[in-house]
Amino acid sequence: MKKLFLILAGLTALFLAYATYLALKVAPTDALQGDVYRIIYYHVPSAWTAFLLFFINFIASVQYLARTKASLQKAVQWVVIAIGVIGVIATFLPQVQALLPAGMRPSAVATTVLAIPAFYFLLGWKFPGDRMDMLALTAAEVGVVFCTIVLVTGPIWARPVWGIWWAPGDIRLTSTLVLWLIYVSYLVLRRFSNSAQTQIIAAALAVFGALDVPLVYFSIWFFRTQHPQPVIGGGGSMDPRMLHTLLISWMAFLCFAFLVCWSRFRLELLKREAEQAEAMESLVGAGTAAKASVPLSRSAR
Amino acid sequence: MNSLWAVTVATLVKDIRLEWRSKDALNSMLFFSLLVVVIFVFSFDPLAEESRHIVGGLVWIAFLFAAVVALNQTWARELRNQVLDAYRVSPAPANGLFLAKTLGNFIFVCVLEALMTPLFVIFYNLHVLGPAWQLIPVALLGTWALVVNGTFFAAMSLRTRNREIMLPLLLFPVSIPAVIGMVAGTTAILTGENSAHFYIVLLLTYDVVFTTASLALFKAILHAE
Repeated sequence: MKKLFLILAGLTALFLAYATYLALKVAPTDALQGDVYRIIYYHVPSAWTAFLLFFINFIASVQYLARTKASLQKAVQWVVIAIGVIGVIATFLPQVQALLPAGMRPSAVATTVLAIPAFYFLLGWKFPGDRMDMLALTAAEVGVVFCTIVLVTGPIWARPVWGIWWAPGDIRLTSTLVLWLIYVSYLVLRRFSNSAQTQIIAAALAVFGALDVPLVYFSIWFFRTQHPQPVIGGGGSMDPRMLHTLLISWMAFLCFAFLVCWSRFRLELLKREAEQAEAMESLVGAGTAAKASVPLSRSAR
Repeated sequence: MNSLWAVTVATLVKDIRLEWRSKDALNSMLFFSLLVVVIFVFSFDPLAEESRHIVGGLVWIAFLFAAVVALNQTWARELRNQVLDAYRVSPAPANGLFLAKTLGNFIFVCVLEALMTPLFVIFYNLHVLGPAWQLIPVALLGTWALVVNGTFFAAMSLRTRNREIMLPLLLFPVSIPAVIGMVAGTTAILTGENSAHFYIVLLLTYDVVFTTASLALFKAILHAE
């Protein structure tokens, strides 16, 4: 396991280096923004990675809550399947397609919707019991790191291009900031609550946070349509080489995020194992404790 | 359904009677928001024509912080003498308890708002240019949005260290859309420049979504021990 980790780490480093080379050398210079725009290859992949991790945190939290009762688990499973089926069918109806913003392909939306049941069942199968909660914690922590990168690189990019560091009414900036705030409060809750029930409480907060995201989006969207702001780039078509570089960068970032998550997950696993062993030790003595920690550590290896 | 209603009413009446006798929450909230108003009056020039544009934000900041004072006391009362543990083992529906606490806080914060609004009008020379009656739905829906999440998060932060600090840390990020709705809606009505309908719908959606989520999850939170 350790060897595999090292090999993957080496490969990821190479991949990241290749992505940097593409971003700095191969990708053409933007006609309007000049070389400044190259921060996109750092900013956008971080954002996509962060959103993916927050999405995983949401799925894991829902599943953790659903597992508290068997009947609930069944019900949530059917709801998730229904979301997948109805969502995919709906994106091909002309009425729904009319609602999609220009430039968004229905097939892309359908794939995104399909990701919900796919992730739900994949994670449910791969992360039994308490590991689901560890996954939620890991995803939130790493997600906050990537989201911080987005929030730091955003103003750095905005200053030369828009002339301001921060556009207060802009929908993407503000909703990303709120998302970051919500997940920081999630981490604070986990840090401050050390009872045995932190998991359920944190999962409930994650569900609340995820419900909040669309509302944040709509509230700011209306705000902005009333007070137009200096425009955000985007829309229009992208040079295929730029898109190619962007996607390669994203892949590299995903590999990196996966590695970080993996080691963070293992750390959490070992930490809980140690806590369990300690608790056992204080309860019944050292001999039983060693035995009690076996099931977890076997799977950890 | 009947027992839910019975538990709700019984707990609510108990809370209101306790509050009526002690006036702990209401007095501290009132004095706290009075202080906020006075500090704002010193910080900004209240006679400026601008006041109509900023007062929506000021009012809701004052109420938001005052509501946190009340929300923090919501469950503290039930911790003494292990009342909350008694609730846990009793077969009474958990949501009845939650609804009663939420309604109680809602009433307290509404009383606070009714008492404080005249002060804002006096200090800032307010004169509403839009349809003033719309302030009522904005205030009611906004208060419910604060209180329903606040009561839920207060129950969550019971299990944490420093729970008094935890509540605003959990409540404020999730409340941001509601705060935008309240502040922007109030400003829209005060200035009469644009319609507040969108914000009323936004607050209504927020209330429906989070009331449903709280009712669905409260049992898990209460029994999480």
